Amino acid sequence: MSSADNPVVVSVDQYLESNLENVDSSEDRVVRLAGEIGFSEDDCYQLGYAVREALVNAIVHGNRYSANKRVHFKLSRTTGSIHVLIEDEGNGFLPAEQADPLAQENLLSQSGRGIMIIRAFVDEFVIEKTEGGGTRVAMKKSLPPGT
Amino acid sequence: MSVKLTTRQVGDVTVIDAAGRITLGEGSSTFRDTIKDMTGKGQKKILLNLADVSYIDSSGIGELVSGFTTVSNAGGSLKLLNLTKRIHDLLQITKLYTIFEVFDDEAKGLASFN
Repeated sequence: MSSADNPVVVSVDQYLESNLENVDSSEDRVVRLAGEIGFSEDDCYQLGYAVREALVNAIVHGNRYSANKRVHFKLSRTTGSIHVLIEDEGNGFLPAEQADPLAQENLLSQSGRGIMIIRAFVDEFVIEKTEGGGTRVAMKKSLPPGT
Repeated sequence: MSVKLTTRQVGDVTVIDAAGRITLGEGSSTFRDTIKDMTGKGQKKILLNLADVSYIDSSGIGELVSGFTTVSNAGGSLKLLNLTKRIHDLLQITKLYTIFEVFDDEAKGLASFN
């Protein structure tokens, strides 16, 4: 993930317990940080939404709420962008393994839309399996040019 | 704040006024339980007013879809009223705008059931 607008300043680097309370607090933190560096209200909402979805995936589908597993949550900023890294200790997941949520036959599925929404809400999004077998998500959202 | 659902009967249509957040956990289960309760009572014409819903995550969207399916399978219909711009955008991204009937005028939404 590019960071041409360095220097990068790490704002949060934590290993979170696998519970939903950490989703709320982490979303709050990223929204607050985005506001501090000048993101619009809508962009703050979108970035917060993307973080919420990725953390829910890590906690619910990756770590399956395990008390023995943590989610690595790293939040960094530059002068014009926010970078987010989320890693779980689950069994690994790649979007290609998931049914297309926009296919007509899947439109009435109850789940499977989170990653699609994340992609729509951030500028860069990478998902890969970690060396340890879990899932790593990296995303970046930048201030609009001229901001 | 989790979601708060208030129901009112307008003729044979049940209007659900939702307020707050529909997210994974309490918010989405509240919605699911309410829809199941209604269809169990034979209430099959449901207009869901989302004007005061401040946030809905993908789990909440899944619950809307599940509610739509539950009511449809019972021979009824669940329609949406007063989407905020953010919910409107989410339905566009997920293509669910092609599934749900959506109204921004309650009278028109009510009339659509007859």
